[in-house]
Amino acid sequence: MEPILEVQNLEVKFHTLDGVVNAVNGVSYSVEAGKTLGIVGESGCGKSVSVLSIMRLIPDPPGKIAGGKILYLGNNLLEYDETSMEHIRGAAISMVFQDPMTSLNPVLTIGKQIGEAMMFHHGFTRDQAERRTIELLNLVGIPNPEQRIKEYPHQFSGGMRQRAMIAMALSCTPDILIADEPTTALDVTIQAQIVDLTRRLQDELGMAVIWITHDLGVIAELADRMVVMYAGYIVEEADVFQLYENPLHPYTLSLLKSLPRVDSSRAGERLATIPGFPPDGITVLPGCPLAPRCRFAVERCMQENPHLEQFVADHNVACWVDVTTGKER
Amino acid sequence: MVETTESDVIKLQEQFKAEALTPGQLVRMRFARHKMAVLGLIVLLLLIIYSFGGAFFYTETEANFTDTKIRLSAPSAEHPFGTDTVGRDIMIRTIYGGQISILIGLSAVVVEVIVGVLIGAIAGYYGGWIDSLLMRFTEAMFNIPQLFLLLVMAKFFGGKVPNLNFLGREFSGSVVVIIVIIGITSWMYLARIVRANFLSLKEREFVLAAHTTGTSNASIIFQHILPNSIAPIVVSATLGVANAIISEAYISFLGLGVQPPTATWGNMLEGAYNYIETAPWLWIFPGSLIVLTVLSINFVGDGLRDALDPHALVDAG
Repeated sequence: MEPILEVQNLEVKFHTLDGVVNAVNGVSYSVEAGKTLGIVGESGCGKSVSVLSIMRLIPDPPGKIAGGKILYLGNNLLEYDETSMEHIRGAAISMVFQDPMTSLNPVLTIGKQIGEAMMFHHGFTRDQAERRTIELLNLVGIPNPEQRIKEYPHQFSGGMRQRAMIAMALSCTPDILIADEPTTALDVTIQAQIVDLTRRLQDELGMAVIWITHDLGVIAELADRMVVMYAGYIVEEADVFQLYENPLHPYTLSLLKSLPRVDSSRAGERLATIPGFPPDGITVLPGCPLAPRCRFAVERCMQENPHLEQFVADHNVACWVDVTTGKER
Repeated sequence: MVETTESDVIKLQEQFKAEALTPGQLVRMRFARHKMAVLGLIVLLLLIIYSFGGAFFYTETEANFTDTKIRLSAPSAEHPFGTDTVGRDIMIRTIYGGQISILIGLSAVVVEVIVGVLIGAIAGYYGGWIDSLLMRFTEAMFNIPQLFLLLVMAKFFGGKVPNLNFLGREFSGSVVVIIVIIGITSWMYLARIVRANFLSLKEREFVLAAHTTGTSNASIIFQHILPNSIAPIVVSATLGVANAIISEAYISFLGLGVQPPTATWGNMLEGAYNYIETAPWLWIFPGSLIVLTVLSINFVGDGLRDALDPHALVDAG
């Protein structure tokens, strides 16, 4: 099946006072209609920057998309002008953010905020937009929507606001929904509701979802394909089952290990952590960016940065070491 | 056991939920706690009733009717506020002069708000060289003393604008000139407030979220960010009305403002300084009306500042 969105060799740099930050370094991924792509990684590894580039919403200056292509239905979005992008945003690709507390405008009613995109993209009248907004709020499971559209964000709870954000993102039935850590600011029960809701809506509407998270537990339920990012590179890419059953990159292994488990036999033990911090992206070392934090690191890791290669069928990994044997490939 | 789904429970609770206060109600409640502001508002309303309601009892012709035989007569039953240097009734003139003064105050602020908000919003939102350019211009305007700018502009444009009809009254062209020049010499402070607000608000996540739904820059500026900075704009505009009334008073006092026979509180003071002791009613009445109006507006502005501050506590009791 043809991918609906294809990111090819995307490079994003931020020109800061401290130097040039290489936020995204030649990243490629794609997603098909009706499928979910999960992107995981630590904070600051380029997940959000790569999806904001898809929307062309990198703050410029200081950010700059330095190279690559973003193909939506075969058209390169990086060649679009601002006006054409406005017709893409919300209508073709829309986005849900991490913190529903801050991503709704505090002085506008929920109804107005959701209805606005439909009035812009579909030329709806105020009445049509309001009727559709009520339908949407019903769809995302907000009770009493006729009343609720007249309320302000502070009258909504966190979970309700995230539902409202999802309703807003879905208002113009986009082909692609980008969810940037949409459950991070919510508590666990609400997280589960939002995940269920997204899956249900995806089945009903057939859109592609790009779900960014650092929580491997949440994404396991949703994703079809997974991308693991580190320091602006994709270090591993595989089918979701493959990734969880045979992780091939030391970083993925560490992430999985640092996941708390209910059924753990290691009860009472401390949770595994990854020592150190991710690199700042300014100082570029010749080797693999993970090497200083990697327990599998060999001599070569310090000198050469590995490329993404396919070792197992449909499973790409960027590592000089075979983690199953612990030896250099 | 009765089966209830989660949404049923929520619906049930929604029915018993106390109706939340709208932002408007909160503002009114907080404003009402500010005693001086309420008093100011009442006085202001009375002044408006006085100058606009008075027009039903006296015509403008009466306000401009001169009778030199009774010039400089002291307040009496027939002329409650006395008469001026050419025998016009001062009370009727304060009624018609009040209309002009209040209209100038309000209209000049409309000009001020339009210019100030536009410049401040564009500078704050776009940043970069646009911001630098607009802010240097604002600073340049700041550096010219407003009084001199007003006087020069009043002198320059005076008499070049024809009279016009509005609300069934003939307005001297000088009124329009005064409104515009007060407006365009007083927007700088507001522009800075708006810019500062936009600088912080544009970084908020809801602005990014609005971008992701395809909202255009213009719509983000005016429909998403501007409503968030409405409180300082309202406060500043309210106080701006008081300043505009004073500005009008002093240009008119110097004889460069609204030209007689059209009365304003300001130009009624013109010439009164020759009679400060001999005919105090010439300046006491228009002067006190100016002071009263400006003071009331300032109290209302203070009250609004507190009422519109979202961080202020609500004490409903």
